[in-house]
Amino acid sequence: MKKPLLAIALLYAVFSVTAPTTVLAKDISLLNVSYDPTRELYQDFNAAFSKYWLAKTGDKVTIKTSHGGSGKQARAIIDGLDADVATLALAYDVDQLQEKGKLIPKDWQKRLGHNSSPYTSTIVLLVRKGNPKNIKDWDDLVKPGISVITPNPKTSGGARWNYLAAWAFAQKKFGNDEAKTKEFVGKLLKNVPVLDTGARGSTTTFVERGIGDVLLAWENEAFLAQKELGIGKFEIVVPSLSILAEPPVTVVDKFAKKHGNEAVAKAYLEYLYSEEGQEIAAKNYYRPTSQSVAKKYESQFPKSNLVKIDEEFGGWQKAQKIHFSDGGTFDQIYQK
Amino acid sequence: MAKHKNVLPGFNLTLGYTLLYLSLIVLIPLSAAFIKTTELSFDEFWSVVTAPRVLASYKLTFGASLIGALINAVFGLLTAWVLVRYTFPGKKIIDALVDLPFALPTAVAGIALTAVYAGNGWLGSLLEPHGIKVAFTPIGVIIALTFIGLPFVVRTVQPVLEDLEAETEEAAASLGANRFQTFTKVILPTLWPALLTGFALAFARAIGEYGSVIFIAGNVPFVSEITPLIIITKLEQYEYSSATAIAVVMLVISFLLLFAINGLQWWATRRNGSSY
Repeated sequence: MKKPLLAIALLYAVFSVTAPTTVLAKDISLLNVSYDPTRELYQDFNAAFSKYWLAKTGDKVTIKTSHGGSGKQARAIIDGLDADVATLALAYDVDQLQEKGKLIPKDWQKRLGHNSSPYTSTIVLLVRKGNPKNIKDWDDLVKPGISVITPNPKTSGGARWNYLAAWAFAQKKFGNDEAKTKEFVGKLLKNVPVLDTGARGSTTTFVERGIGDVLLAWENEAFLAQKELGIGKFEIVVPSLSILAEPPVTVVDKFAKKHGNEAVAKAYLEYLYSEEGQEIAAKNYYRPTSQSVAKKYESQFPKSNLVKIDEEFGGWQKAQKIHFSDGGTFDQIYQK
Repeated sequence: MAKHKNVLPGFNLTLGYTLLYLSLIVLIPLSAAFIKTTELSFDEFWSVVTAPRVLASYKLTFGASLIGALINAVFGLLTAWVLVRYTFPGKKIIDALVDLPFALPTAVAGIALTAVYAGNGWLGSLLEPHGIKVAFTPIGVIIALTFIGLPFVVRTVQPVLEDLEAETEEAAASLGANRFQTFTKVILPTLWPALLTGFALAFARAIGEYGSVIFIAGNVPFVSEITPLIIITKLEQYEYSSATAIAVVMLVISFLLLFAINGLQWWATRRNGSSY
């Protein structure tokens, strides 16, 4: 609880200092509140956008980003962290900005293309080099003796995608038999020795502590672990079925208006959809939504069979209620 | 009858300040938790705070805190004893080391302990072959809580021990008490109130600890999930009033326990006629 307060204090300091200096060229400060594994992506993107905006309007824009668990970040905004834009892990958390905070309009998700998700990702299995436990698909994760690392879906957005991906697989395997599906996911969770609170925490447990045979991870996080944390130490296994994760973005209207940043905040998000924005996303291992960029990076992303949250689970509101709210399937599994 | 005048000056002023200060710093924020909780009906409140998963977490939090504080009471006393009664090279350094758990950010402590006790850590790799798992089990929770509570017992016992002259022990010995008797009949009764204070502080600190524990606990429901984590989890689900409900239960239990320990301390002081 301490962190958001400190962040707010810092932000006030930042905003009060960066007052416009001249009439012609403005100094703009923009705050993007994002989720855990987007650090590298927005570092690159912010630099690109600043350059683009300076060339287009002559205004200098400085973008600050804040990272953390998606739910925690949404709560910070609701509690008063005045973000101009929110780029979170799942639509449910953005919905809360509308429901609890009345900060954005109800139809926020229709304002930008692809359900307001400029880039997508999916859930993959990261295993140790040579795949010693021979893990090929979700089926292998429920076998006794396999140790699975995933964060806690109650606190981590990524973990909710993990859980739903496993659920979708089991649902298909057992022909929509709910009891059997729950049993399958329950068996999988039995194999989880550590439930970290966030996706980065789980990656650390798996990579640095050497715990677990397989890590359920965002595809971009898995690429990062493989290419930057431990070169040649890990392998990505693409399961036969997974979920299309759509991390949504939105302008936080109330705060952007307050700062007079509406135009630049909107342009910032739209730039994510531009050729350059899409390239940056792809380079940071997010799947681009633009067809031309997607084609260019085709070889980077393994082809996989992805289900959509809206089609398979009836949207985030419903999925959250059935699976992750108190008394939902996650609680039921641990209750036994 | 004339108004009773206190000999010491400034009573009204200081009392006023004390009450204002306590209200601003302690009572107002805590009462906010109580007020938020009243959004729940009593039935809702009861079902939130007695959910099996929450009950399991109380057991772990209070149990591990108690064990951690007990370990600290024993070894803290020993450490204080060594620091007061003996001189040896490097004593000043050891004395300073005791305070480190106070200064270290708890997250750093948690990460460091996890790195050491995990299966591939220095100690973890020695213990694991013998079937002893520390990190990501309740044992890990106890270790983290012992770590953060250590300075309390040492620092409360140390000054009392310094005041307790070695002559008393020599007198006991010259009157024919053996070492065990000297310890239990002479030293311990004098230290009792200080030891209890240190124990209470270490215990209270452990109950509220979050930062260091979540890294080493494993956070698996019913096994290694502490109550503060459940509160955070509720907040993540935007269930503010359920979160404060559990916080209220923790507050009440903690207050009762501390109150009981204070009572015990008062009783011990009276019984021994000590001036401490």
